[in-house]
Amino acid sequence: MSINKDLVTASSTALVLAILAEGDSYGYAILKRVRGLSGGALEWTDGMLYPVLHRLERSGLIQSRWAKAESGRRRKYYRITGAGRDQLADERRQWQTVDKTLGKIWSATADCANTSVTPVPLLQRS
Amino acid sequence: MDKKRTGNPTVGQLEKQIEAWRAHLRKSQTITSQDAAELEDHLREQIAALGADGLSDDEAFLVAVKRMGAFDALTREFSREHSDRLWKQLVLSGDDRDGGTESAAAGWSRRMWVALGLAIAAAVAIKIPALFGIAFDAEPGGGFCPRNISFFAFPFIAAYFAWDRPLPLRGRLALAAVFAVAATVVNAFPFAFSPKGEPGHTFVLTRIFAPLFALLLIAFIVTMATTGRAIDVKREVLILFDLLLAVVFGLLLYSASARDAIARPGLMDWIQLTLVGTALAVDVLALWAIGSRIFEFGFTPNRVAALGENIALLVNLGGSAVLYAGFIRGRVAFSRLCDWQKFYLYVLAAWAAVVALLFPLVFGFA
Repeated sequence: MSINKDLVTASSTALVLAILAEGDSYGYAILKRVRGLSGGALEWTDGMLYPVLHRLERSGLIQSRWAKAESGRRRKYYRITGAGRDQLADERRQWQTVDKTLGKIWSATADCANTSVTPVPLLQRS
Repeated sequence: MDKKRTGNPTVGQLEKQIEAWRAHLRKSQTITSQDAAELEDHLREQIAALGADGLSDDEAFLVAVKRMGAFDALTREFSREHSDRLWKQLVLSGDDRDGGTESAAAGWSRRMWVALGLAIAAAVAIKIPALFGIAFDAEPGGGFCPRNISFFAFPFIAAYFAWDRPLPLRGRLALAAVFAVAATVVNAFPFAFSPKGEPGHTFVLTRIFAPLFALLLIAFIVTMATTGRAIDVKREVLILFDLLLAVVFGLLLYSASARDAIARPGLMDWIQLTLVGTALAVDVLALWAIGSRIFEFGFTPNRVAALGENIALLVNLGGSAVLYAGFIRGRVAFSRLCDWQKFYLYVLAAWAAVVALLFPLVFGFA
């Protein structure tokens, strides 16, 4: 199963901020973490992460700095800012609300969830 | 598979591939060298990870590039995020987008010096006409400088961009040729129909050539008259005659269109009338020669074509002479002369069409 593109985009801010809240990181490692967390379901095109990072940096939610990696190459590291943590808390509330709302309706229709065909009386042909 | 760790040649190959990939990436206006470096770091990390999983360099490179995403999508995404950079490119161009890196700073100052040098060159070039006594504001509207001002500025701007964005030699030559042709056309083409109506320096051309051709034709006539060999002129000389008359026709047409139709008759009109008169005389001589050749050797397509052309020119020159004389005496408007010449373009074109299309049929493709 893979997540649809709009959802990937929508969740990207929360995901990146949450990962950076764990500690400073860089592009490749962030992507690896996303893959690990989602079990490969959240599939990002690698290059697309960077415009997201740049957008967050521009809005002051994260900061970047160039440093030498253990490989000897220069690498761009990102760190979450105070504003980023506030934003992350806000994102978290929003996603939890969405999750809770959906959770309620999932449980209400739980009986149908496992059956492949669900008759819907309102849409029956008259 | 197992050769990948030992084969150093493949490492060089990989570096080349990454180099090409980075160069391709840098072509985008919105991906800075820092962005490219960041993406390259990612690519290398990915290749290393895939290599650790057992892929060869080639395979790892291909997979890593594929995962990075299509270039188009990537650059589009960067453009969306960094739309301000596009504008900066337009204004500052080149690698200003490099921001902090050392080499970029050096490149920037080098560009500054080149731009400054070219600006000074343009400023010097714009003063050159003054050395030849052509004042900048002496001729409002159709003057030399207003018309040519773009040729003092644009070549330098073009030179800057040609230098900044590496342009192949062929492109540079083409650029230079375009400017040369454009400058020639702008200066040679009569602008009498411009709102200002002042032909300016375009007229120089006819002022030089009209007397020159008049003298040339007079010399011809005098030579003919003194040697008395007008009738048995050689074929080559006859062709030269017709060529010369065609040029005179062009010159008259040109000067008529270039002349300010409202201006009063002056010295130039006398010179033009002289030119028309001498051309008329030469045309009569040519007709005489052609007539005698036809009488002597019979009809050939070439002779008939020449005969037709000379008769057409005779009528044109005769009409021009009458109109010019009338204009100088103040009885005929100059525009009538213009119309006459323009009308004759069609006559000559029609005769050329007859020669080209009907003669082969009439003379059986001889």
